[in-house]
Amino acid sequence: MIAPLRALRRPQGAVAGLWLILVICAALFAPLLTPYAYDIQNLPNAYQPASAQHWLGTDEFGRDLLTRLIYGARTSLSVSATAISISVFCGMVLGASAAWFGGWLDRIVTMTVDLTWSFPEILIALILVAIIGPGTTGVMIAISVAYLAQFTRLTRAQIMTLKGETFIEAARSLGAGNAHLLFRHLLPNALAPVLVSAMLATGDAIILEATLGFFGLGAQPPVPSWGGMMSAGSALVFKAPWVIIFPGLAVAITVVAINLYGDALIAELDIRSRLRREA
Amino acid sequence: MTALLKLDDISVSIGNLGLLDRISLSVGRGQVVGLVGESGSGKSLTAMAAIGLLPLIGGRVTKGTVRFDGQDMAAMTETQRRKLRGARIGFVTQNPMTALDPVQRIGEQVDVVSRLHLGLSRADARARTLDLLTRLRIPEAGAVVDAWPHQLSGGMKQRIVIAMALAGDPDLIIADEPTTALDVTVQAQIIQILGSLVRERGVALLLITHDMGVVAQVCDRVAVLYAGRLAEEGPVGPIFAAPAHPYTAALIGCIPQDGMAKGSLTGIPGAVPSAAAFPAGCRFHPRCPRASDLCRNTPPMIVHRTAGQVACHHPGEAE
Repeated sequence: MIAPLRALRRPQGAVAGLWLILVICAALFAPLLTPYAYDIQNLPNAYQPASAQHWLGTDEFGRDLLTRLIYGARTSLSVSATAISISVFCGMVLGASAAWFGGWLDRIVTMTVDLTWSFPEILIALILVAIIGPGTTGVMIAISVAYLAQFTRLTRAQIMTLKGETFIEAARSLGAGNAHLLFRHLLPNALAPVLVSAMLATGDAIILEATLGFFGLGAQPPVPSWGGMMSAGSALVFKAPWVIIFPGLAVAITVVAINLYGDALIAELDIRSRLRREA
Repeated sequence: MTALLKLDDISVSIGNLGLLDRISLSVGRGQVVGLVGESGSGKSLTAMAAIGLLPLIGGRVTKGTVRFDGQDMAAMTETQRRKLRGARIGFVTQNPMTALDPVQRIGEQVDVVSRLHLGLSRADARARTLDLLTRLRIPEAGAVVDAWPHQLSGGMKQRIVIAMALAGDPDLIIADEPTTALDVTVQAQIIQILGSLVRERGVALLLITHDMGVVAQVCDRVAVLYAGRLAEEGPVGPIFAAPAHPYTAALIGCIPQDGMAKGSLTGIPGAVPSAAAFPAGCRFHPRCPRASDLCRNTPPMIVHRTAGQVACHHPGEAE
């Protein structure tokens, strides 16, 4: 059985995995699951606490909070996951070519990466959103650039260690060329640690996306995002605390679940030492 | 007999460090040549030079020529050399435990060699792989091709590595200490398999080892290296009967014999010097029982004899 499924058999992996599957399904099938529209205002119905009609209550415009939370999962998850996918792809290309070709390319890549790593991700993301302009596309690009350094470094470190392995020498001594070594041997071997760290980074990216959304830089109203909902709720902490609490909980539980599942996956794949060898 | 692989008086350096000094050696079709010496004597470096992979470790041939089937390897482009590797020269690496890609199934790793070099289709390559594995006496070859490397034992992995080296149907096989990492019982099987390959298929085999017992078992000729220089080279029979070089004699003395008294197995005192600190004169003199002032000051010339070569100031003398 493959590792991601084996990770589900560990207790923390099972709980975390179940939550993640639930959130992902909710995001995927949002229109089927929600009885209300996320953007139709119903002012007389505002500030309703949890009830049988509105399980999580309503917000300041009388919109159903659960509906918006589910649609918010759509935004948060798709933005974070897309951003991290772009980041992983570009990071692997950069890191692998730096490690493989060495020389000036390696020096430039390593230097740039080290430079960007000396800034916090949120700062890089904020600067980029300021340049590109607010909205989901801007946030997506900002997040993918912010995490690029991490995947570049990790891939580079993996390829550097793998380059010296006997099976690479063996393949080469049997006539394998550069492309074959890189695509058939080096990258597949570097993949597991990179994918696991990508998964953990998705958790961080959800927080970053929520932060940017909280600042009003993410998805623009009326499209809900968890960060945007928290931002609206922050003015209502005493009047209608559920408006900020539920999206906050959604972020927190999802990020914890990703980390727990990631830990289970790391244990299953037995790659803890390889992830630590990042520098 | 025309030599398939011929190293003619080659010297090899890495940076400014001279590691191999004037080594001549040839391997013909249907012949097994043993390349012997302790760790650090330059055996693997000689193999790297033979397949033109020295640049990979920053080394280069500074003198002499490496000829494969009459062609000068140095005159070829890297693309031409790459076409030789796997297709005409099969290489069996030192450590079978790490010589296979951990994330590829066994069958794919063997298949790819014949697909690349013989242009076989997926199905034909698989058929060839199964045939090879069966001939290498791997039980249940059909199941092994779908296995992952970590599921196989060391001896089994070494057979897979040999199968990979054979998959391109090469004329020459270079095996770099193919049995070092294996159990003694498995060692004997692997050596037997390699020996029978030479007899059945007429390939040439350069067998790198530090075990004189293995040499006595399968080799036709033997070349003894010490600290980057050739000590002695020639047919196995005469050399084992009457080694001319004291180092050869000492290595032969390290083979355990039947009926030996306990504790009578002789070792060679001292260790191979590192390339940065090769002694002047004959490099073996600090460990040599026959060393004289001449040995301490003047490196011995390589003397060609009827059947081989020897580099010693006092060849064949009693100690």
